[in-house]
Amino acid sequence: MNLPHDFPHLLGMAKIHIPTPLRQYAGKQTAVEVAGETVADAMSDLIAKHPDLKRHLYTDGGKLRSFVNIYLNDEDVRYLQKDATPIASGDNISIVPSIAGGL
Amino acid sequence: MAIATETAPTATLNKDEILRYSRHLIMPEVGMDGQQKLKAAKVLCIGTGGLGSPLALYLAAAGVGTLGLVDFDVVDYTNLQRQIIHTTADVGRKKLDSAAEKLEAINPFVEIKKFDTRLSSENALEIFRDFDIIADGTDNFPTRYLVNDACVLSGKPNVYGSIFRFEGQASVFATEEGPCYRCLYPEPPPPGLVPSCAEGGVLGILPGLVGVMQATEVVKLILGAGDPLIGRLLLIDALGMKFRELKLRKNPDCPACGTRPTITKLIDYNEFCGIRGEEEKPVSSGIPEIQVEELKRRLDAGDDLFVLDVREPHEYQICNIGGHLIPLNDLPKRVSELDSSREIVAHCKMGGRSAKAVAFLQQSGFKKVHNLTGGIIAWADRVDPKVPKY
Ligand SMILES: [Zn+2]
Repeated sequence: MNLPHDFPHLLGMAKIHIPTPLRQYAGKQTAVEVAGETVADAMSDLIAKHPDLKRHLYTDGGKLRSFVNIYLNDEDVRYLQKDATPIASGDNISIVPSIAGGL
Repeated sequence: MAIATETAPTATLNKDEILRYSRHLIMPEVGMDGQQKLKAAKVLCIGTGGLGSPLALYLAAAGVGTLGLVDFDVVDYTNLQRQIIHTTADVGRKKLDSAAEKLEAINPFVEIKKFDTRLSSENALEIFRDFDIIADGTDNFPTRYLVNDACVLSGKPNVYGSIFRFEGQASVFATEEGPCYRCLYPEPPPPGLVPSCAEGGVLGILPGLVGVMQATEVVKLILGAGDPLIGRLLLIDALGMKFRELKLRKNPDCPACGTRPTITKLIDYNEFCGIRGEEEKPVSSGIPEIQVEELKRRLDAGDDLFVLDVREPHEYQICNIGGHLIPLNDLPKRVSELDSSREIVAHCKMGGRSAKAVAFLQQSGFKKVHNLTGGIIAWADRVDPKVPKY
């Protein structure tokens, strides 16, 4: 294989971290490798790989549920370009749902 | 109890206190000035459970002068795995009394104020009034939003921690410049979508880790030292022992702390969180129920009943009544293992998950399915006391 050294970059392979409550819908994995150019691409790749996640992350109308936030590295994508935020190879995307436990 | 602050409004330390806090006093970051600030501080701990135990223990030991405790619960055996302020001998006692006793034993110079009540929209602002900092160690969404909104409305920082299984989150919300909990999560999840600790379990040590982080943040806020977790969400993964930090921003459109707030008084948080009536009761309208005594009688009579256990394999290992195990989430892809011509009784731990399983099976064309009311816990309580409860 004579792929350029930065080949994965061209594909925009990023890692999505799956929080504990949702791992049961993602084949019990802690993180999933996804491809795409934007956060939206990465999320649809994730849903394609693990369709059970969909109803936990999105409303029937396709809106991200309001107790779930998506972070690109340490930034909330709501304060970047939301779904259209471009991603680069090696980026870490985190799904951060609210958890309430404490007792 | 308490060497009260009314006799020493300037919070000066006596000889015994100077000796007690000597490891603080010789630290430039605390010193006499800092220790006096700690003594003058009034911190309210909501809950004396998993997070509240280490939180209150360390704050008392550190010399926080006034500690308020809010709890209405009673110590039970399943608490002891993590709620380290309570001991085996405390089972059956009010958590408030058990906790206050330990805190007073650790540090008699701390004044403990007990609030034997469930925090509510009616009492929260009144209870918060006499405190400087609120530490949230509760375990449910309605109280989380209540604490946040009451902190925003009263202008008091909310030292936040929450846990699930082996994952935790910590932050400091509702400071003047910083974001609040609603900036992060404008709305709670609908009931049932995110499991509670009672359903999902929690690693007993994790609340210790997170509660001690909350205690650290409380002490830093009192001292005005270091970088508090304002505008930062710390994610703790105890299994990977990884700590990550995310940036939080104050949302100008936040309903609580934004530029045009719509939350101007405390609301009905159960309604806001979609919880109606009793939380534990499964949504069982139209779901045929069977009582444990009836199941026992029919099994003994040799009726052809198929018992379906929809819990997780690790729960099955703790106890079972010989049911066929298909975890609720696997049911759609394993439904072919079931014979729709037979009468099926589905059960879980308490009856919630099995109600969902019955609803699913009904939709899939099964006509003879029942939900075992109260699950295996009811079986253990009313049919076979040898079955362990968890
Ligand atoms: Zn806010």
